[in-house]
Amino acid sequence: MQPLQPLPAIPSLYKQKSGTAFPRRLKDGLTVFLFLLPALVLFLVFVIYPIFQSMYYSVFDWKGFGPAEDFIGLDNFKNILGDKVFIITLRNAGLLIVFSLLLQLPLSLLLAVMVGRDLPGRIFFRTVFFLPYVISEVITAIMWSFLYNPNPDRGFINGVIVAFGGEAQPWLGDTTLVLPALFIALTWKYFGFHMLLYMAGLQNIPHEIEEAGRIDGANSIQNFFLITLPLLRSTIQTSVYLSVLGSIQQFILVWIMSRGGPVNASETLATYMIRFGFVRFQLGYASAVALYMFVLCLIFSLIYQRLTREPDYLSGL
Amino acid sequence: MTANRLRLNWSTQKLLSRAFQYIVLSLIVVIVFTPVVILIFGALKTRGEFMTQPYVPPIPPRWDNIIAILTRPSYSFWQMLRNSLIVMLSVTSAVVVICSLAAFAFARMKFRAKGLAFNLFTIGLMFPINIAILPVYFVLRQLDILDSLLAVIVVQTAFQLSGNIMILRGFFTAIPAELQDSAYIDGCTDFGFFWRILLPLARPALGAVAALTMIVSWNDLLVPLIVLNSNKLWTLPLGTMQFQGQYGQDLSLVSAFVVLSALPTVIFYFFAERQIIAGLTAGAVKG
Repeated sequence: MQPLQPLPAIPSLYKQKSGTAFPRRLKDGLTVFLFLLPALVLFLVFVIYPIFQSMYYSVFDWKGFGPAEDFIGLDNFKNILGDKVFIITLRNAGLLIVFSLLLQLPLSLLLAVMVGRDLPGRIFFRTVFFLPYVISEVITAIMWSFLYNPNPDRGFINGVIVAFGGEAQPWLGDTTLVLPALFIALTWKYFGFHMLLYMAGLQNIPHEIEEAGRIDGANSIQNFFLITLPLLRSTIQTSVYLSVLGSIQQFILVWIMSRGGPVNASETLATYMIRFGFVRFQLGYASAVALYMFVLCLIFSLIYQRLTREPDYLSGL
Repeated sequence: MTANRLRLNWSTQKLLSRAFQYIVLSLIVVIVFTPVVILIFGALKTRGEFMTQPYVPPIPPRWDNIIAILTRPSYSFWQMLRNSLIVMLSVTSAVVVICSLAAFAFARMKFRAKGLAFNLFTIGLMFPINIAILPVYFVLRQLDILDSLLAVIVVQTAFQLSGNIMILRGFFTAIPAELQDSAYIDGCTDFGFFWRILLPLARPALGAVAALTMIVSWNDLLVPLIVLNSNKLWTLPLGTMQFQGQYGQDLSLVSAFVVLSALPTVIFYFFAERQIIAGLTAGAVKG
């Protein structure tokens, strides 16, 4: 331990300048507190407190009326794991993640590279491709429900298929087709967002590096895989992260287009939770589902932070 | 001679790859526009035309559906538009004010437990509203503010905090420290520096955050769906969903409603594209 140093004398001029009755330290603390206060209050009341409250309700068999009294311990958590439909939601989340990582993100990256940095008309393409992202999920869902109408005279997709001599498909009414069909609508809505991230990432790669590669004899494919892709690493990580979290919590599109059906085939974690919470009013059970989702996101975030380097936003502290 | 031919080859190759690029990109443009175009076609047809020839262009266009939605009080389009506007404007102003205050503290002030407080807000990124909606519903019920626009506003605001604090903190950190020092030497208080120097400098960042928040709030369905009961309070997305449920048989009428409810976002997008994109890329890089 360091010996205590006598405090240097404070020049009387400085002492007077603070000009308030408050000691300086306390005043600074109060200022910080006031700056943070509104955000903290809202955040604690509507984000943090609910986490604890759902922990509380999750150990009760509670229908939402009156106080929760029927304590059942961890039964909700066990019952959820024993429910086949819950397993389907996990499978669907997994499938959506796999589809996204294998199809949606590579497509977005390909388009970002094609639009590139100097293609004439790149702003036009960016504007068009990003448009679906700003259109609401409700509208996307209704539009795509129209397109998927099983009747070829109503649904455009079946209309095209029949016009080319194929057979109309039930799409959203078929247990195996429903998830791919939803995924196509999701891709339509979200590919532009990921493309935008990749375009921003590409913008940050100095042109000279790729130029140097070309001079050293790399063709454009080698250039892409050996230079561009590694330099895009952090952008790709971000886009993977957002895509996985998005897949875990998918709700609106599924709720409107297929209601989780047919026979639960397209049920997601969020539709499952909403169904138990707001349709069947098994609020204790639904709270436990919410906690599973939270833990899933938390675990994924922690693994992600381990695998990638420390996120940028922590380095500035 | 050889060099010449090589150059020729190189430029034909480049020309070919350009052509290929444009073909692929145009194809995607067509795919992006197809659902929208079909929707607009449907909106401008009568119900009968929609049944008999669903995919041909509406010639001549029928404005009856559009006019009906804009004028018939029972469709309450204007009321939903008003509710959506109230929610969007309140949420956006609240988010801009609250987040810039907090981001300032994180970017520009020293205090104990800063890391802890900041990490607390990062939890918000892992606990998105789609997961939190049920517990949040309990809280709203305890506060007895269910079925009010206020409830929609506070919840949307609370769940916009984390991301936007990160975005603004990034921008605020980038403003040179010398500016702050000289302001303090000249006798500026923390709030004075924040208000008179930092905020004006950060206007582009505030614009990005505002534009992004406006889109998110305007498009949100989940919170109104869970919180609002009375149809007087429905916002546009909720109203659109209910309209489809009620008039689902009349596809051209529903199409018209959907087109009208998408129109404000699309117009806004063309005006604020730069801000929206700036906000999103900054958010993704920082958060």
